[in-house]
Amino acid sequence: MTTLAADAPVAAPFEIVPRKALPIVALVLLGVVVAIARDARWGLVFCHVVGGGLWTAIDLFVGFIVGPILRGMSIPARIEFTKRLMPKMLVLMPTIVTMTLAAGFQLARQDGFLDTSNPRHAWVVTSFLVVGVMAVVALAYLGPANVAVLFELRKPQPDPRVVQKLMQRFVYTAGITGVMQVATLVIMTRLVS
Amino acid sequence: MSESLVDRKLPPVTEIGAAAMVAVAAGVIFNAAYLPKHAPTSVAIAILIVAAALEATNLFLVSRIRDFAWDRFKQVAGWFLVAYAVIAGMIEYAFIYDDTRGMQLVILTLMLLLFMLNVPVLAAFTVARYERV
Repeated sequence: MTTLAADAPVAAPFEIVPRKALPIVALVLLGVVVAIARDARWGLVFCHVVGGGLWTAIDLFVGFIVGPILRGMSIPARIEFTKRLMPKMLVLMPTIVTMTLAAGFQLARQDGFLDTSNPRHAWVVTSFLVVGVMAVVALAYLGPANVAVLFELRKPQPDPRVVQKLMQRFVYTAGITGVMQVATLVIMTRLVS
Repeated sequence: MSESLVDRKLPPVTEIGAAAMVAVAAGVIFNAAYLPKHAPTSVAIAILIVAAALEATNLFLVSRIRDFAWDRFKQVAGWFLVAYAVIAGMIEYAFIYDDTRGMQLVILTLMLLLFMLNVPVLAAFTVARYERV
């Protein structure tokens, strides 16, 4: 009995959603609403550029740098890393994405890019399509997998097959996300050139 | 040793939910591409109906699953609903702030509602399917 208990993997308790981060999220979203309400050009540019830069950089960094490193680590190390990274990503990414898109839409409106007669309107619509693809991937596959992995890792004895199956979604979609993020860089630099 | 829940056969809720998400995204992009003018209403309504039908199918399929971790499903869906109500509220605010009015606002609001309901179902289903009852 003692041996069994000692051998069994003990899941350390951890928060799926880091509650300490929620006031910061609320503050950021409030900042975006204020920037929109006041048509504050600098605030909107700040939210869009900072948010967009972080979104693209984190997506590419996690997908193409952290992901392959993680796959080369031992299972316990992967679990420990995932338990620390995933809750932060669960709060960070939706906040950054909301901040970027809300501010970006207002900037496009201010600059007249939303008008169908604007010569750069097609670029904006293309950016909508790119965001649409990323939204489907993130909201239908990655977000749910992220939460499910965290619930699995909180169990006294997580099922490695469940974790592996869910993590495969990140591997399969890394390429799509990478292409979409590079497309975003092309579109955004083209729009402001 | 009990069988892994990975081997459990369940309806294709994630795939149908993703298809609904594609329909909602297509509808919003279609409408937004015409702003500030109005997009053709018939096309937008058709996309809306497709998305609503897909989500209704998903809810029906989920409701028929036997031995399902409903407590976990409701817990995850509830919190996701709160989070996505905030996000959807922000988007709705932007639509109204940008003087979107009439039928276009109704269509966009309904699409936003479908988006807000779809994400919690997908997340809650993905978590609950791997919970033992």
